[in-house]
Amino acid sequence: MLRIRSLAKHYDGPRPRTVFTGIDFDLAAGEYVAIMGESGIGKSTLLNLIAGLDAPDAGSIALDGVMLSGLSDDALTLTRREKMGFVFQAFHVLPYLTVAQNVALPLMLLGRGGPDADERVAAALASVGLADRATSPPRELSGGELQRVAIARALVHEPQLVLADEPTGNLDPETAAQVLALLRDSLKASGASGILVTHSRAAARTADRVFTLTAAGLRAGEIGG
Amino acid sequence: MEATGQSVASVSRLRAITGAWIEHKGRMVVSVVAIALGVALGYAVQLINEVAVSEFTQAVQTLAGEADLVVRGPHAGFDERLYAEIAADPQVAVASPVVEVDAHVVGHDETLKVIGIDVFRAGLIQPDLVPQGGDAIDSLRDDVVFLNALAADWLKVKVGDTIAVQVGLSQVGLRVAGTVHAGGYRLPLAVMDIAGAQWRLERLGRLTRIDLRLRPGASAEAFRRRIGAKLPAGVVIVPPQASVDSTTRLSRSYRVNLNVLALVALFTGGLLVFSAQALAVVRRRPYLSLLRVLGLERSAVSRGLLVEAAAIGAVGAGIGLVLGYGIAQLVLRFMGPDLGSGFFRGLAAHLTLEPISALVFFALGVAVAVLGSMTAAREAARADPARALKAGDEQRAFARLERIAPGAVFVGAGVVAAFAPAIDGLPIFGYVAIAFLLIGTILFIPRIARLVFGALPVPHRPSAALAVLQLRGAPGQATVSLASIVASVSLLVAMAIMVGSFRESLDAWLGRILPADLYVRAGAWSDTGYLSPEAQQALARLPGVKRVDFVRRQEILLDPDRPPVALLVRSLDDTDPTRGLPLVGKPFPARPGDPPELWVSEIAADIYGFRPGRIVDIPLAGRIRRFRIAGVWRDYGRQQGALVLDRDTYVALTGDRKVNDGGLFLAAGTPRETVARLVAQRVPGGDRLEITLPADIRSRSLRTFDRTFAVTYALEAVALVIGLMGLSASFGSLVLARRREFGMLRHIGFTRRQVGLMLAAEGAIVSALGLAVGSAVGWVISLVLIYVVNRQSFHWSMDLHVPWLPLIAFTAVMLVLACVTAAASGRQAMSGDVVRAVKEDW
Repeated sequence: MLRIRSLAKHYDGPRPRTVFTGIDFDLAAGEYVAIMGESGIGKSTLLNLIAGLDAPDAGSIALDGVMLSGLSDDALTLTRREKMGFVFQAFHVLPYLTVAQNVALPLMLLGRGGPDADERVAAALASVGLADRATSPPRELSGGELQRVAIARALVHEPQLVLADEPTGNLDPETAAQVLALLRDSLKASGASGILVTHSRAAARTADRVFTLTAAGLRAGEIGG
Repeated sequence: MEATGQSVASVSRLRAITGAWIEHKGRMVVSVVAIALGVALGYAVQLINEVAVSEFTQAVQTLAGEADLVVRGPHAGFDERLYAEIAADPQVAVASPVVEVDAHVVGHDETLKVIGIDVFRAGLIQPDLVPQGGDAIDSLRDDVVFLNALAADWLKVKVGDTIAVQVGLSQVGLRVAGTVHAGGYRLPLAVMDIAGAQWRLERLGRLTRIDLRLRPGASAEAFRRRIGAKLPAGVVIVPPQASVDSTTRLSRSYRVNLNVLALVALFTGGLLVFSAQALAVVRRRPYLSLLRVLGLERSAVSRGLLVEAAAIGAVGAGIGLVLGYGIAQLVLRFMGPDLGSGFFRGLAAHLTLEPISALVFFALGVAVAVLGSMTAAREAARADPARALKAGDEQRAFARLERIAPGAVFVGAGVVAAFAPAIDGLPIFGYVAIAFLLIGTILFIPRIARLVFGALPVPHRPSAALAVLQLRGAPGQATVSLASIVASVSLLVAMAIMVGSFRESLDAWLGRILPADLYVRAGAWSDTGYLSPEAQQALARLPGVKRVDFVRRQEILLDPDRPPVALLVRSLDDTDPTRGLPLVGKPFPARPGDPPELWVSEIAADIYGFRPGRIVDIPLAGRIRRFRIAGVWRDYGRQQGALVLDRDTYVALTGDRKVNDGGLFLAAGTPRETVARLVAQRVPGGDRLEITLPADIRSRSLRTFDRTFAVTYALEAVALVIGLMGLSASFGSLVLARRREFGMLRHIGFTRRQVGLMLAAEGAIVSALGLAVGSAVGWVISLVLIYVVNRQSFHWSMDLHVPWLPLIAFTAVMLVLACVTAAASGRQAMSGDVVRAVKEDW
């Protein structure tokens, strides 16, 4: 489903540096993997490259056999819109929309409105346990609930790939565990693949496979104690 | 050391509060510029007005010299025998007779003030007017004048040259024999021997002024009362300062209006600071809450924000003062101190620094900035830190702005103030009404915005849909950004409607008062040009001329504290005396046995309380005459007031058969050019008559009108620019605050273009609301301007006329500008690494 070969990224500027080189990585459909690594090692950069929000200096990324590097900005945007979902550390639930409207955003972008969309949103909210909060403004929700809204939003349009960047970084351990379980269950239920970027070993353990990102590349590995 | 430590800690606290603001230098610069522009305009107008009044005062003092009192009559003068009586009074040390004439110098449009003096007596009171140069008896010759430098420069003559002055329709040559210093008089001036002036300028037996110096110990007030009782009608005895007071009083309304208009720019600047500070404080809300959580007191937060605002105000006001001084210099150099009013036309002026005005405007700049920040500072201090730390709490800050009561109080007070009378001739409550209506409306905007945004349908296009949903969900931020644009748009619309109404009314008025086919005038607006009875007959007998309506212009002093009113003597139709008079209201029906009728202008009616039907005593040719006020007419030509009297009555009462102007009604099919040629050929001295078509007078009058309001337009334009800056800064601020949102939208599939469209749609909706509210309140304010401010300031009435086309065009341009501004702000926000903004906390 996702195929990465010899990926490299450098940053220019006053303090030029190589973020990583020689990344090779394959993700099968329905597979859920975690990527760990030190702060600043380039985990978020890797996610941005996969999302087509940043361009690599070398190497290739193919999603469903389509090379992202050959696509225009608009085509990349369309790819994200149709095939990807996102969960962020800071939730990024729009404060001026209701919970349901936030979840409906990807459907609105895809031009899918009407009763069918309403049903999908309702189902997505029910799947994350927030069926009764559809009309609430986000400010009335707790951090855990906001991240559930974000998960519902990431999956409502049935993407092939969900990218989650430190989704539990702003949550307490108990809530974090609930959110991670929900994310995994939702991914598995929808059949989407998922990449979880995290510092947390506990979070990484919820994934099918775990990788560690270093300056030398991406290394598959076991999670220690 | 401890003290130093405290000081460092104190600075750090301030830095902690204001640091985030300093990081957004662009928005701070916009606030500083807005305050600077407001202060600059206000200070410049104030400086120019002060200079004009000060120069005018000096000019009058130069003419009056060291006189204690002045006996003053109308321009036509009074009997010179009065001089002998007054000079013989034992309390009079020196009496200096003066003939003052505004003469028409052939070849020039403006008049030259010619002062005829008795050089021996004037030397004792007005040494500045004593001629210099020439031979020993030049100052006593009847055909000689002495010019000040400004007159010589204006007329382009030097000693030995001759100037030609028009008297009647003849020409009198006067040799320039030397100069006159008259240092404080910065207008063109000519001095000649009084006997020469009386003879050559046809003022035999007449004086216009007697300057008096009393003996030591004599009470000027007692003398004034004693002599005043004996003076002929229309002649007064006043201190020299009275002349200054009456003219400055006449120009005061204009000057005050310009000052107020200039302050509008400062007011708009204050609203810009309000928007910028409110949005900045909301953006910093979690940050400020963190400081509160860490132990910073509420008062420290609000104090810090107010200090920040005061600093912005101080820097802006400082720059504004320098800028204002520069603007005043430029205006004085290229336009003079008149500022379009016509009161100080031709006055040469030198700028001096006015420290008190500078201090006042500096304080105003700081106060406006601090007041603009007050709401934001109070909100920041009042916010519950725990709740404010949570995302999405910003709307709570704006929710307080939606209260109805403050807006209702201001609007209600504004309506009440609009019905209050003038204070000392100034429409103070009118200005208060405008300010209150505006502030009240601005306070209503959050509620109006919630209602309007809530009623908007959600479009299908994602960018437009999200724009509408954003405005519905967070109307507060958008409405705060509207304050300065609503203020500037409403004031601009109000001024446009007022000026449009005035211009249309003036145009219609010109049509009414210029019914003839051709107009002739003897000697511009001078005292020396006139048409003799013979010239009048020659005009009336010209082939193709059906009728001539002659007008005699005189001046009458009704109140020593005010400038003289104009007396217009014209032939009134027995069957319809109101023909050609644009009446306001119904005329009073004539009754047998009533005294002669007098028609008064609105201004005269307002100032002197003349009402139709009232019987009044008017000084005419040195005697009090009784008249009945027959009606009130609209007059835009004379700000000091005007009276219209039937010519037959005037001639019977005064014996004066001269006229100044004539309106020629031609027989059908007679070409105007032919008659104009015949006037020059067949009327003795006809080539010196100014011959004009009514269309030319009309277009010249409208040009003068437009020039008068040019300063107004300039001040309004600056207020509008500040308003646009406010909108732009607010959009920039809002967009910056929403970078994380844009980052998220880009992640989930919004294209850059869609984000830009979303922002443009928001900009369009918000601006449309601002323009609609601004236009509506502008219309209301225009009513206050037309029916209260103008009426109380200038006593002019006018018919309401909305200039639809210019207003629609202006609205369209503003809407486009607002969309472009919003889209540009969006482009700027998207230009950075917006994708990474999703990682930002604040």
